Amino acid sequence: MHSHRISIWFFIGLSLLVNGILITGAGIWEWISPPVTRVVLFQYHANVWWGALLLVIGVFYCARFAPERHAKDFSFGERILWRPRK
Amino acid sequence: MMPALAMFVTDRLVHLSPVDVVIVAFYFALVIAIGFYLKGQANTSEDFFMAGREMTAWVAGLSFLSANLGALELMGWAAASYQYGILATHWYWIGAVPAMLFLALVMMPFYYISRTHSVPGYLKLRFGEPSRTLSAVSFACMTVLMSGINMYSMALVMKVVLGWDIHFSIWVSSLTVAIYVVLGGLRSAIFNEVLQFILIWAGAALIPILGLVETGGWSNLKAQITHNTSNEYLHMWSTLGSFNNNPMGVHWTGIAFGLGVVLAFGYWTTDFLVVQRVLAAKDLRAAKMAPIIGAGFKMMVPFIVILPGLLGLAVLPVKLTGETAAVASGGHSYNEVLPLMLARYCGPGLLGLGVTALIAGFMSGMAGNVSAFTTVWTYDIYEALIHQDAPDAHYVKVGRWTTVLGVLISVGTAYLVMQFASIMDYVQALFSFFIAPLFGTVVLGMLWKRATNAGGFWGLLAGTLSSVGMWAWVKVDPTALRYVALSPNARDMAENMYRALWSCLLCFVVTIAVSYMTKPRPESELNGLVYGATAIPHESEVPLYQRPVFWAVVVATVFVILNISFW
Repeated sequence: MHSHRISIWFFIGLSLLVNGILITGAGIWEWISPPVTRVVLFQYHANVWWGALLLVIGVFYCARFAPERHAKDFSFGERILWRPRK
Repeated sequence: MMPALAMFVTDRLVHLSPVDVVIVAFYFALVIAIGFYLKGQANTSEDFFMAGREMTAWVAGLSFLSANLGALELMGWAAASYQYGILATHWYWIGAVPAMLFLALVMMPFYYISRTHSVPGYLKLRFGEPSRTLSAVSFACMTVLMSGINMYSMALVMKVVLGWDIHFSIWVSSLTVAIYVVLGGLRSAIFNEVLQFILIWAGAALIPILGLVETGGWSNLKAQITHNTSNEYLHMWSTLGSFNNNPMGVHWTGIAFGLGVVLAFGYWTTDFLVVQRVLAAKDLRAAKMAPIIGAGFKMMVPFIVILPGLLGLAVLPVKLTGETAAVASGGHSYNEVLPLMLARYCGPGLLGLGVTALIAGFMSGMAGNVSAFTTVWTYDIYEALIHQDAPDAHYVKVGRWTTVLGVLISVGTAYLVMQFASIMDYVQALFSFFIAPLFGTVVLGMLWKRATNAGGFWGLLAGTLSSVGMWAWVKVDPTALRYVALSPNARDMAENMYRALWSCLLCFVVTIAVSYMTKPRPESELNGLVYGATAIPHESEVPLYQRPVFWAVVVATVFVILNISFW
């Protein structure tokens, strides 16, 4: 990706961040006010820790690939420029 | 008739809370926003159809895998694992990994150095215009059918899980895909596929984790499955000595050769839907690394697809059945196992993410089909046969309209697919029609200098027609199964694998025979197209850990260990 473009990894970080906030929030609310009908293994409060995990990963990716910073290039080697052969 | 009645069922497995609805809505908003953001970067045909050929190995590799993570991967294979047990894992391991590594190390240099824009484009360079036309037309037909299957699957899930009207689901998903592919072209499709890949894992990985917690670990899960069904559901190879000893009714030769060689190599090395993502890589080494990265992740996908199906065998209080029986009895079908597991473990928030993962899977598959269809139609049919030498902007415009047309045809196909009881078997039939013979033609073209234009064309045509012919033969006379699949007890999947094997072998035989009867092309014309006539760049100056062959060996080693572990 060119440095002046927003990296795909930033979009992914944004998605994980927003989802993490929403899921953690819902999990905490459910923990405080347990519903009458509960999912299996409700006692583990999976939405709290899973949401928190997504949130942390989302924060890292948003910070690491923020639009003003250079997107990291994960590939190897030199780029070969050419036009398609019809 | 019965599946059609299911359209009007409004019962639902789960009720989304407001936070779930927000998560699903945010996903739709984000993918459309990405499309609008990338609109300004899709002005030339190179940008629109090939994503500017600037994708890194990781982006191309994840997109390569995500384009395949459609409805079949998530819902269909979870259903297959419930129905057939751990045998379904073959489609992820031997049915993918060796072929992906072969694509990376052997075939990718020719695709990349030949500077083609598509697989039919390679056939044009290697075997001439008739082969390209035949391949392009068959690929276009298969692709829109596949896209329709994706739409139908997604709409089915929305009906079962959320109670949404099936028509509403089809149109909402198709319009969303149309918007972001029309705006940003292949780059938009690839960006969204990588996003969808991450969301699929984020939304689906919790089901096997919690499932293993509930069952008390892998050993207890195996004991419960054995108690509820039989031990045959838990072995990948040891039950394949006879057609009658395993739930799938398949012999090991069908898995090893029909699936592992013909279908897998055909799909992963010549289906332009996936190959297109790798062709968008920024250099040859990235193009070789992308399928290897994809193979590494492919080996892990059974964790989120196969394992939930197996867990369903152990923990679900109801017994799932085929689609027709489920509709007749008011029960649940195999295809509902993943949504049922989702509803079992996921509360508010997680449910929204899980539903988003399903939608993301369906949309990535659909977008992959539509963008590949657009490229093949525009480059290999429209430009080649209808309107040559037009300005670049004209082809971009045609590409955008073709995207809309492809989506509309896919919608029509989705309604056709509703008439078929088994989604998976139908798709496997399509693969054997078009993909298996194509692999024979392409691999001979790349590895055998003596193959001629006439040999390539007649081999491809003979393979395709023979596959359709065998399928029709069994439909008209079911006893023909003993000849096509070597056993009257073979199930649909086994039949598809053997049909693919025979059609590919026929393609080989006809191509070789006709080639020896016709005049070969001069070697100078084969530069960049065939092994032995092409100078392939060496990587001796690159450190070992950066070489594709090193990582291919690592992936292959893990692949062997996994197969032995679940023998």
